[in-house]
Amino acid sequence: MAAVLTVLFNGIAYGFLLFIMSVGLSVSLGMMNFVNLAQASFSMLGGYAMVAATQRFGVPFLASLPIAFLAAAAASVLIERLVLRHFYDTDDLTQVLLTLGLVFMSIAAVTYFWGGSYQRFDLPAWLTGQQDVLGLTLETYRIFLVLTGALLAALLIFGLERTRFGAMVRACVDNQRVAGACGLNTQLIFAGAFAIGGGLAGLGGALAANLLGLDPNFPLRYLVYILIIVSVGGMGTISGTLAAGLALGTADVMGKYYFPQFGGVAIYAATVAVMLWRPHGLMGRRA
Amino acid sequence: MSDTVLATRGLHMAFGGLMVFDHLDFSLKQGERHAIIGPNGAGKTTFVSLITGLLRPVSGDVLLDGRVITRDPPQARVKAGIVRTFQINSLFKALNPLESVVLALCERDGRARPALRAVARESALIGEARGLLEQFGLGADALTPTQTLAYGRQRLLEIALAMALKPRVLLLDEPAAGLSTRQGHEVFEQLLRLSAGVTILFIEHDMGLVFRYADQVSVFAGGAIIVQDTPDNVRVNPRVREVYLGA
Amino acid sequence: MSAVPEWFAGKARWSGFEIAFWCALAGAYFLPNIDIALLSQIFIWGLFAMSLDLLLGYRGIASLGHAAFFGAGAYCAGFLGKYGWGEPVSGLLISMLPAAALGWLTGKLVQRVSGVALLMVTLGLNLILFDFVQRSTALTGGDDGLQGIAVDPLLGLFRFDIFGRTAYWYSLGALFALFVFLRAFVHSPFGLALTGSRENARRMIMLGSPVEGDISIVFAVSAAAAAAAGALLTQTTQFVSPATLSFQRSADVLVMLIIGGAGRLYGGLIGALIFLVMKDWLAALSPVYWYFWIGLLLVLVVSFFRKGVLPSLETGMRGLIARLGKARGGGPPA
Repeated sequence: MAAVLTVLFNGIAYGFLLFIMSVGLSVSLGMMNFVNLAQASFSMLGGYAMVAATQRFGVPFLASLPIAFLAAAAASVLIERLVLRHFYDTDDLTQVLLTLGLVFMSIAAVTYFWGGSYQRFDLPAWLTGQQDVLGLTLETYRIFLVLTGALLAALLIFGLERTRFGAMVRACVDNQRVAGACGLNTQLIFAGAFAIGGGLAGLGGALAANLLGLDPNFPLRYLVYILIIVSVGGMGTISGTLAAGLALGTADVMGKYYFPQFGGVAIYAATVAVMLWRPHGLMGRRA
Repeated sequence: MSDTVLATRGLHMAFGGLMVFDHLDFSLKQGERHAIIGPNGAGKTTFVSLITGLLRPVSGDVLLDGRVITRDPPQARVKAGIVRTFQINSLFKALNPLESVVLALCERDGRARPALRAVARESALIGEARGLLEQFGLGADALTPTQTLAYGRQRLLEIALAMALKPRVLLLDEPAAGLSTRQGHEVFEQLLRLSAGVTILFIEHDMGLVFRYADQVSVFAGGAIIVQDTPDNVRVNPRVREVYLGA
Repeated sequence: MSAVPEWFAGKARWSGFEIAFWCALAGAYFLPNIDIALLSQIFIWGLFAMSLDLLLGYRGIASLGHAAFFGAGAYCAGFLGKYGWGEPVSGLLISMLPAAALGWLTGKLVQRVSGVALLMVTLGLNLILFDFVQRSTALTGGDDGLQGIAVDPLLGLFRFDIFGRTAYWYSLGALFALFVFLRAFVHSPFGLALTGSRENARRMIMLGSPVEGDISIVFAVSAAAAAAAGALLTQTTQFVSPATLSFQRSADVLVMLIIGGAGRLYGGLIGALIFLVMKDWLAALSPVYWYFWIGLLLVLVVSFFRKGVLPSLETGMRGLIARLGKARGGGPPA
């Protein structure tokens, strides 16, 4: 029983990671109906920013996380202003291909600067080792992930529902034209939401580097999972993305432990079923 | 009763909680030119979509020649002769009028099934398409991509596509929408000249066109047909005035 | 521009450009220093991209999982070769059947979805097949691939030699045969109906067309052609691995088609040519970074030639001819 619970906990920790990496795409899809696969590249960038900060400049791990956030946020705003905003009116496929092109370029660029191998880095001592919690032996870093993830999810949900900026974002998700006509600067709100989404992806990448490994193929490895989480959860819903992230994370980890031969198939089959049953996702509003 | 082509019986329609109409009984006689008028939101277009099967009613039936077709897919109704046009042009933008009409004719004759025989060899259908385009005055535009045609020409093509199917019942959703009064009359004149023997039901806002070309008028309002009569009687009916003038 | 009675005949007729194009493909074999292995790859990828064009360019259905059908054909040809059916031509034809059935079913499934959901369903189905093949090590050899595939001499005469000469002519022949088939298919009334459904499915329904059923048919034909490309790869390399089913392959073929231009069959071939020649050339320059340039090309194509290279060239040529005509003061206005 304890073993099952430990595996379940590991799955939840993984799920929170996936949630943090996915939430930016969910917002861009919900708000601008824009399929931004480059989100996976922002995650990778965050990871490399963290490694560079801690290994090259001796920044403490905790302090490197905001750096990862800011680096990815800056990159995403830059890309949005330079490239993506010209493609808001195109179809899904064009957006997929455009951002896939950006992913290819990011992979090659990262290989150029950092080489093609996995990045090695050391966690601070207080995040390594294991802790006994309620009779379970859990890895300290995963506990840290669960706490951080839960805190971020709470902040996001609260921020979107209770703050003025959140209300503006929700207005834009509901109806961009009307929001614009009511005097909201939709362009600015888009850029702000894009920055936060990209920054979160970067933060997710920085947090993931230790657990999932960081190399130039990181975006391609996690792209599919990010897409599944966002489309199954429902675009533009934070709670939907959270639920889908946790479900996928747990299913993936549990599957690998207990049903190694069916794990992947079950997840993909569930995705197909959900997409056929509710094309806008489980919590999508336009069902 | 025998000359009724199309009828609805107790037709009830709602979108979610919003009732569109309640127990609608309607019948269309062979050869009639029947106009539907009514204020915006009276459910006129919904009514046409229910007849063609693009929408399904909550309850009630649609009948063609006394046979219930409520559950038939739209394609089966087209094959049975119920054909419609759309209020907003619904055309094949990248195709030209010749290709569009040939496509309609191939569908009508069941020629558009998988095969390796080139369209070019359907010479009879191509000839028929050319004839039809000439009749609608679209001969010179046959090879112009639809998206570059003038709006009025597109409006004619919208009707030509429907006529290509040789309909028994033609449902026209505001055929003169977006046209000037003169163009509207031209469209109707052309249509009536080419549609001898076809039963026509049309939605129209322009009362001039309605009173000139319809021989029966139904007034939709508040989820019901409040008046069904000849144009002359409808014109003087106090209830119609009430609906339109809000008296 | 052809006159009204000649319009359809003009579209269906083989143009001089087309004949020259195919002669060039055959003639390339005789050029000195030509890399015939690379050309064979281009034929196979070109056929694969062409199969996707039927779905995307003509019917307007995007698939992010077309490698599923390519891989189905590749493994089917592999099993045939491994278990004693070495005759290549019949093997190729047989390999198209399971994929066609798979395509038909996929068409049934996706009839009512579009947009992101459609991309996710096709991707998901592709991943299911990939995962299944990769994990069924006893059946497929897993990541090591299927070993011991024997292929008989072509027509009982030509062995598949290590220089890839037979492979060259076999791939080119199969590509041409399937091209002729697909060309006739898209120029038939059914092809016109596919284009109609792409443009306006609602109106097609109101013309009495079985729009949803047709999706299954076009999926089946497209899948069969993709499977033929996969079978060609297996037969000419005598090897098949899960890479034939990977998401990477699905993405690559889409990229090729978009680079070349969707909706004219040749777009896939031109796209495969550009992609693979560029890859060959760039990978020789810098084996690690060539993907950067493919990515950049993709970004540039969707930014500046939204319809792909081939249609943009056509438009450009037409504009040029019209201007030349005007400059001479002759010729009818275009």
